[in-house]
Amino acid sequence: MDATVKSSFIAEQPKAPAKPLVLWRPSAKTGLISWLTTVDHKRIGIMYGLFAIFFFLVGGIEALLIRLQLAVPNNDILTAHQYNTLFTMHGTTMIFLAVMPLGSAFFNFIMPLQIGARDVAFPRLNAFSLWTFVAGAIIVNIGWFLPEGAPDGGWFGYAPLTSKTFIPRHSIDFWVMGLQLLGVASIAAALNFIVTIINMRAPGLTMMRLPVFTWMTLITSFLIVLSFPAITIALVELMMDRQFGTNFFEVSNGGMPILWQHLFWIFGHPEVYILILPAMGIVSEILPTFARKPLFGYPIVVFSGACIGFLGFAVWSHHMFTTGMGTVATAAFSLATMAIAVPTGVKIFNWIGTIWGGHLKMRTPMMFALGFIWMFMIGGFSGVMHSAAPADAQQQDSYFVIAHFHYVLIGGSIFALLAAIHFWFPLMFGRKVSEFWGKLSFWAIFVGFNVTFFPMHFLGLNGMPRRTFTYDGNMGWNSANLIATVGAFILGVGIALYFAVVIYTFFKGEKTSRDPWDGRTLEWSIDTPPREYNFAVIPTVHARDAFWYEKHHKEEIAKEKAEHAQAEDSHGGIHMPFQSVWPLVASVGALVGGIAACYHNLAWSLVGLVILLAGIFLWALEGADGYHIHLDKDGNILDEDAHAKH
Amino acid sequence: MSSHATATLDHHNDPTTSTGIPNKKLLMWAFLASDCMFFGTLISTHMIYRLHPPPGNPDPRAVFDIPLTSFSTFILLMSSLMMALAVNAIQKGNVRSMRFSLLTTIFFGLIFLGCQVYEFSHFVHDKGLTISNSILGSTFYTLTGTHGLHVLIGVIWLTAMYFYSFTGRVTEKQAIDVESMGLYWHFVDIVWIVIFTVVYLLEYL
Repeated sequence: MDATVKSSFIAEQPKAPAKPLVLWRPSAKTGLISWLTTVDHKRIGIMYGLFAIFFFLVGGIEALLIRLQLAVPNNDILTAHQYNTLFTMHGTTMIFLAVMPLGSAFFNFIMPLQIGARDVAFPRLNAFSLWTFVAGAIIVNIGWFLPEGAPDGGWFGYAPLTSKTFIPRHSIDFWVMGLQLLGVASIAAALNFIVTIINMRAPGLTMMRLPVFTWMTLITSFLIVLSFPAITIALVELMMDRQFGTNFFEVSNGGMPILWQHLFWIFGHPEVYILILPAMGIVSEILPTFARKPLFGYPIVVFSGACIGFLGFAVWSHHMFTTGMGTVATAAFSLATMAIAVPTGVKIFNWIGTIWGGHLKMRTPMMFALGFIWMFMIGGFSGVMHSAAPADAQQQDSYFVIAHFHYVLIGGSIFALLAAIHFWFPLMFGRKVSEFWGKLSFWAIFVGFNVTFFPMHFLGLNGMPRRTFTYDGNMGWNSANLIATVGAFILGVGIALYFAVVIYTFFKGEKTSRDPWDGRTLEWSIDTPPREYNFAVIPTVHARDAFWYEKHHKEEIAKEKAEHAQAEDSHGGIHMPFQSVWPLVASVGALVGGIAACYHNLAWSLVGLVILLAGIFLWALEGADGYHIHLDKDGNILDEDAHAKH
Repeated sequence: MSSHATATLDHHNDPTTSTGIPNKKLLMWAFLASDCMFFGTLISTHMIYRLHPPPGNPDPRAVFDIPLTSFSTFILLMSSLMMALAVNAIQKGNVRSMRFSLLTTIFFGLIFLGCQVYEFSHFVHDKGLTISNSILGSTFYTLTGTHGLHVLIGVIWLTAMYFYSFTGRVTEKQAIDVESMGLYWHFVDIVWIVIFTVVYLLEYL
C-alpha cells in the first residue's frame, strides 16, 4: 500500500502511550495498609483463613449454646426465638463463613503454587472477593448488635416463614443482603480460579498432570459459578416480596412457596459438593504423601470428582421428598441420589488403594485424613439411607438428618481442612506443629465429635424433630441428648486445643526447612515461607507429581532451570502486580449500600452505590500494571540500583 | 513507514496463556455462563407461574404491545451489529471508527431502554399491570427489569469506554477490553431474544 495515500482506514500513528490514571499506588510492604491493599494470593489466602477460623469459633459457640439448651428436657436457658436465631446463625456461619472461606484460603495459597504460577489471573479481583466476603460476613452478623436481631428464619430461609407477614423484622433482610454479597464474592473468586487453572499452568503441566487438589478447585469453582445464580435469584425474589410487594411466594396472590424450596436446593445441593470436593482434594494430596505412594487411580479420582460435580445438579429434590412432589419426581430424584453415591464410593476405594502397600507415616495430617475416610463413609451410609424416599419419610426433619450432615461436614470437610492446616503450615509459615499436641487435639476432636453426633442417629429414628427448642422428658430422648451435649463440650475442648496449639506454633513452633514431608507437588519445591514471587524460575513439568519427578531427576532439572532463569531475566525479569486500594473501596461501597438497602434508606444506598462505582472505575482506570524484579543467586530481590545495571 | 491497513497484533491467540485464549476473554465467557444460569432461573420462574396462573391473573395478550416490543427488539439486535463493528475497528487500530460504532451502540441501547421505560409505564397506567398486583406483574417486571438493568450497565460501560477513548489510552492493544465488552453486549442481546420469545411471543402460539 502506498505510504503517501492517506485513507481513513489507516490507523492513526500512535502517540507515545499515555500513562494510566493512578490516584494512589500503595507501596507499603509491611503494616496494615500493605495487608488492606495486597493483591498477593498468599496474603489473601491467609486472611481468608484467619476470618474463617474466627467465624468457625463463633459458629462453635452458637452450637454449644444449642447443646446447652438441649442437654435436659424442658430447658429454659434460651427462648424459642433465641434458639431459632442460634440454629440459623450456626448453619449460616459454618457453611458460608467457616468452611467455604477455609477452602478458599487453600485455593488461594496453594493452587497457584501447585500449577507453577506467580499469582492468580486477576489479583485485584481476588482482593475484591476477599473484602466483599468480609462485607457479607458483617451484614449477616450485624443483627446481633441491633434491635431486630440476627437472622432467625433457618439457614435455608424457607418461604413463607421468611416473608414480611411472618418475620417483618430486618433480621431476614440482613440474611438476604449478606448472602448476596457472599455470593458475589464466591462467584468472583471462582471465575478467577477457573481462568487461572485453565490458562496459567506452567509449561508441560497438562490437565491430567494437575494435582488433584487443583482439579477439585477447578470443579468446585464451576459448581459455584453455575449454582450460586439460583440462590441469587431466589434471594432477589424474596427481597422483592419483602420490599416491593411482589408475589413470588405470596400464596394469596398466586405465589407458590414450594418454588423457594426448589430454587434454594438447586443451589443448596451443589453447595454441599462445593463444601466436600475441596476436602476430597486435600485428602488426595495427603494420603500419597504419607503413604509414600502415588495416588491410586488418578484419572478415575479426577473423573469421579467431575461426575459428582455434574450429578450434584440432578439431585436437589431429595431435600423435598416429603413435600408431595408426586411419585415420578420422587422416584427420579431417589435414583439420581443413589447414583451419586457411586463416584463417591469409587474415590474411597481409590484412597484405600493408595494406602494399601504404602509405607505409612502416621503424622497428624495423616490421622485427620484417615479419620476423614472413615467418618465421611459413615456420613455417606446415612446419606444413602436418606436416598430411599420411603425411609426418608421417617428421617426427614429429624435428628437423623443432623447426624448425617454433621458426619459429612465435620467428619468430612472439617477433618480434611484441619488436616490441611497441619499439612501446609510448614509451607506457609516455616514452622511445624508438634506431633504430640497435634495428635492429642486430633483424638479430642475425634472422640468429642463421635460422642456428639452418633447418638443423633438414634434420636432421629426415635422421632426427635429438628429445630425445636425443647423436648418433653418422657419421649425417651433424654440420655442421648445429654450424651450429645457432653460430646459437644469435649469437641469444643478439642477444637480449642487444636487452635491453641496452632497459634502457639505460629509464634514459637519448631522451624522447618524446605519440604518437611518429602512432598510430591510443586508447592513444596519453593522456600518456606514462600518468597513474594513464588518461583525463582517457572518450573517445567514432566510428569504427574511434578516435584517428585524433580527430586529424582536433579541434574536434568538443574540444567533446565539455569536456561530458563537466563531467558526470564533477559526478558525484563519477574513481573509482579502492583498493590491496589480500589478493590477494598468497592467492597466498602457494597457494605454501606447493602446495609442501607436493608433499611430502605435510599440516600445511603446511593452513597454505597457511588463508592462502589468509584472503586470499580478507578480500578479499571489504573490498569493491570506491575513492576519487574531481578533476583540474585540466592533468590533475594535485587534493589533498583542493581536493576539499572542490567 | 509501513501502513497499518492490517492488524499488527494477533487478536485471536495469546501465546502467554496455556490455551491461547486471552485471560480476559476466558473470564468473560465464564462470567456469561454464570449469568446464563442467573437469567435461566428468572425465566424458569416466569414459565412455572405461566403454567399455574391463579384466578384473576391478567391475560398477557391483553397487556403486551407486540409491535412496540418487536421494534425495540430489532433496535437491540442492530445495536449488536454496531458493537461488532466497534470491535472490528479497534482490532484494526482504527479508534475513530470504533468511537462512531460505540456511539451508535449506545444510542440504540438507549432507545431500547427508552422503549422499555415507556412500555413499563404504559402497562402500569393504562393496562393496570403492576409489580405487586399479580403474579404476571411480579415475574414480568422482575425478569425484564433485571434484563434492562443489564442493558443499563452495558450502556454505562460503553459510555465510559467511549469517553476514555478520547484520552488516547485506547489503542489496538486495548482491543481485548472492547471485545470483552462486546461479548457482554451480545449476551444481553441474546438473552433478550430468549425473553422476547418465551415471555411475549409464546403467548400467541
